[in-house]
Amino acid sequence: MAYADSEARRGGGRNAVTLLEVKDLTVSFPTADGTVQAVRGVSFTVDAGRTLGIVGESGSGKTVLTQTLLGLTPGGEISGTADFDGTDLLAITEDQLRKIRGAQISVIFQDPLTSLHPLYKVGWQIEEMIRAHDKSVSKAEAKDRAVDLLRRVGIPRADQRVNDYPHQFSGGMRQRAIIAMALSLSPRMIIADEPTTALDATVQAQILDLLQKLQEESNTALIMITHDMGVVADIADDVMVMYAGRAAERATKQDIFYAPHHPYTKGLLESIPNSSARAERLKPITGQPPSLIRLPSGCKFHPRCAYVMDRCLTEEPSLRPVGEDGFHSSACWLPTAAAGLGERAEEIRIKTVREERSEAAAGIAEGIASAPESEGSVT
Amino acid sequence: MGAPDAERTAAQQADGQPAPRPESDDDILIRVENVVKHFPVKSIGFTRRTVGQVHAVDDVSLTIPRGKTLGLVGETGCGKSTLARCVAGLIPVTSGRVLFEGNDLSRLSRRQMQPYRREIQMIFQDPYGSLNPRQRVGSIIGEPFAIHRMASGGERKRRVQELMERVGLNPEHYNRFPAEFSGGQRQRIGVARALALRPKLIICDEPVSALDVSIQAQVLNLLADLQDEFGLTYLFIAHDLEVVRHVSHAVSVMYLGRLAEAGPKEPVYETPRHPYTAALLSAAPAADPNTAASRQRIILVGDVPSPIDPPPGCRFHPRCPKARQLCSQEEPQLEVKAGDPVTHVTACHFPVEAGENLAAAGSRESGI
Amino acid sequence: MSVTSVAVDVQGAERAPEQAIQGRSQWRLTWRRLLSDKVAVISLIVIVIMVALAIAAPAFAALTGHPPDSAYPNTGETAAGLPVAPGTNGFLLGTDGSGRDLLVRILYGARISLFVGVVTTLIATVAGVTVGMVAGYFGGVIDAVLSRFVDAVLAFPYVVLALALAVVLGPSLTVILGVISFFTWAGISRIVRGQTLSIKEKEYIEAARSLGAGPFRIMFVHILPNLLAPVLVLATLFIPQAIIFESTLSYLGLGIQPPTASWGNILGDAQSFYQQAWWYVVFPAAALLITTLAFNLLGDGIRDAMDPRTERIFAAGKRRKLDRARRKAARRGDQPAASAPGEA
Repeated sequence: MAYADSEARRGGGRNAVTLLEVKDLTVSFPTADGTVQAVRGVSFTVDAGRTLGIVGESGSGKTVLTQTLLGLTPGGEISGTADFDGTDLLAITEDQLRKIRGAQISVIFQDPLTSLHPLYKVGWQIEEMIRAHDKSVSKAEAKDRAVDLLRRVGIPRADQRVNDYPHQFSGGMRQRAIIAMALSLSPRMIIADEPTTALDATVQAQILDLLQKLQEESNTALIMITHDMGVVADIADDVMVMYAGRAAERATKQDIFYAPHHPYTKGLLESIPNSSARAERLKPITGQPPSLIRLPSGCKFHPRCAYVMDRCLTEEPSLRPVGEDGFHSSACWLPTAAAGLGERAEEIRIKTVREERSEAAAGIAEGIASAPESEGSVT
Repeated sequence: MGAPDAERTAAQQADGQPAPRPESDDDILIRVENVVKHFPVKSIGFTRRTVGQVHAVDDVSLTIPRGKTLGLVGETGCGKSTLARCVAGLIPVTSGRVLFEGNDLSRLSRRQMQPYRREIQMIFQDPYGSLNPRQRVGSIIGEPFAIHRMASGGERKRRVQELMERVGLNPEHYNRFPAEFSGGQRQRIGVARALALRPKLIICDEPVSALDVSIQAQVLNLLADLQDEFGLTYLFIAHDLEVVRHVSHAVSVMYLGRLAEAGPKEPVYETPRHPYTAALLSAAPAADPNTAASRQRIILVGDVPSPIDPPPGCRFHPRCPKARQLCSQEEPQLEVKAGDPVTHVTACHFPVEAGENLAAAGSRESGI
Repeated sequence: MSVTSVAVDVQGAERAPEQAIQGRSQWRLTWRRLLSDKVAVISLIVIVIMVALAIAAPAFAALTGHPPDSAYPNTGETAAGLPVAPGTNGFLLGTDGSGRDLLVRILYGARISLFVGVVTTLIATVAGVTVGMVAGYFGGVIDAVLSRFVDAVLAFPYVVLALALAVVLGPSLTVILGVISFFTWAGISRIVRGQTLSIKEKEYIEAARSLGAGPFRIMFVHILPNLLAPVLVLATLFIPQAIIFESTLSYLGLGIQPPTASWGNILGDAQSFYQQAWWYVVFPAAALLITTLAFNLLGDGIRDAMDPRTERIFAAGKRRKLDRARRKAARRGDQPAASAPGEA
């Protein structure tokens, strides 16, 4: 059921233009305690008019990832490429980046309080943004555009409120003002880093609604970073789940929710108190996220994984295709048949472990048989 | 309470012991009666006159039976945190009473309140701010013992380490500082600290809001286990409806300092009668794309008004999709609506009827 | 781990990462960061050397055979009665106007300066922290009264008071200690009051109150330890101020009286000889300069060490340049034909 749906929907969306293509992005920070490997070889694409939801908990690297794209991580050692419409964002100068920031790619941060300058009027801040990128725009023109933007994001009496200071706005209004600022130069892509986390649920609903509407209007690409699966279920088209600096799973929204392959994704879904799952006790993922300085061996999730196999302790899986469409991929050694992680998954896991072990044993036996007697050979 | 009881109670309170529980009460541990808390707004200037009041809590009553959890839900500015602090005795009430096992805590001096501090504890929201960064964990958890002179030296250490184990921390980390723990672990430290003196009531002020989802689940399970093991009573404050639903037996919904709706959890969640409750429930993100797509969202207009100048009549009327003229004139009282169990009360002139679709009813373009 | 064997299995994953990074208090972290700041380390070494020299002053006196207060008109003065140059007749740094060994006097002067600097700062810190904390914590009338008093003290011209006291009580070490402490504590108390006000709002203070902690416990167990960091920086920066204060007073004749040596009064005497005996002015001035500079730099270093963010921003700028250059070079190396100069 899920696959058929997603294929049909994806047929239309997949033909969209790819705006951003990130390959093997790696970011690490040297600290007194050791090197923090914040992002370890992440690759993904974002298409125009579609929303990519990047989900992860603290320490997953999701914020560092997007901040690095815009050159906002001082002190980091960066490698990889990030091709935005022909330009590698990671290799250009600060000046060139500044031209792109705001005009082509806008960012909306989590805390509306600190994203706006408290001492300047909101309208002025939007006007400044417009005029900074295009000196030919007159003050009056810029002001008109600011009022228009505020109206577009649903701020009532925009012509009056354009002269207000940020502290005169409520949290939801401030976030709308920031969205207005982000839209002021009609960017091709918006990166929203947990834009609704600090807001109440009813206001969050309004903001997500607004973002979706605006996206439809201008065919903007949207990267939505969040830890809230509910937000993802609502607004994302494609989802990338991150864990310990890497992509754990990447799929369409339907696949992620109804046929997850990576045990971490499944664990996330199960630990949410949910009306549909009326269990008495929640099923949390045991343990905690690993330190980014001393990562475990092999698959970084293995200490907490309910489906751990031998191979997981020594080899770290890279993203391997899982679904039939070629888009759903998961960084897990479980066979693709285990997708969905239902009741059959445990059987599949045991079978795989047995196969691996007998293969390994056969390999050793062969090695002993074919090698001549050597000194100190192991019995 | 009769006069001789009151005298004996006063005498014992002066002694520094909690008064004995009057037999008349049923098993209600805590009863909040008509609590009002206003904060004066002072003008800035040479003469600091009081120019207004922040109506943080405006006549709220609730009861929590022993061993149960009451979930208190509401958005920013609804007054739930203020109410929590009134119940905890951290801020004095403007009027009203807070009865703990029948004894009124709202008028006690700091010294008289001291024995009750053993019975009422609090867990705070911010795992990074609620622990003193310069205090070692063992000292943090042991502080209640120190303050109330309940155990010292080796005995105290032993009990602290027992607590650490009970909440899932490694007792060998006794000498570490909070900075060396993760958010979830710090919250556990907060839980251990609250649990130290075996209180009867624990007020949880958004204890999991600042934690990652998978850690939230761990802490919620822990709180549930502790409730079973020690017979704890919780006042659980949160803005996340699903979390509240999971942990509570009864729920009270607050809006702008007043109660909109209250009752046992199932009736309130299944058949909300107050439009605000319905809107909250529909706004809560559902981690299920099919539900999210098919669900009709009730998008409320505008933001929560300021508690300094609450709207007349029903405080929710400017944003209510069902508002009519009566709503701006007369403030609705908490009553049992037709068809509801007697424990489910709502303060609304035109409550939501069964099968009514509010999303279609009064939906206007968001923000216009 | 013996008692917890069962619990370990269940929470094994939870515990494992913990052991990896060793427990470290804020002070140890600050110390490590301080050690990586070269300027701060040099300042610290200079201070240690100065203290060592001050302590060893009697040893120098014995070595050279010139006690600090003894005048040597024969060996220590020229025929015209002027001080002799450094290196003559066993006077390593020359002599002063009365033919006394300058080196020894400077070392004894160091004792005075360091003693006054440290002791007055200590007294002022204790007094300032107490008053500031009490005013900040209790607020209301207590705060109003104390703050007005502090303002009054801060407004007072210290030279005038020092003069007056010197006249009335006669100048002495005790008077100096008193005067300097009196004018220093007020500055500290104001800053501490501000810090207390902001710490008071933190959630862990509220938590302590909810546990039943009383005002004294809250002030001394919770607020004070969180104040110590900025207070330490303050104190380190107040020491050189106190040293200069004392030197100024002694220079004006209101402080340490001759024949006891103090850098201030040495300089006061040296005024009249500056043309003929440059060493008489330069060496005590240099000692004063080096000591105060060292304390100031150390104070800055401590402040930076306590705030880890500043280091990252400066390091970042350098690293970005390095990164860009490295990547450009790598790219050019791989694809010599592709990139145009100046383009990504």
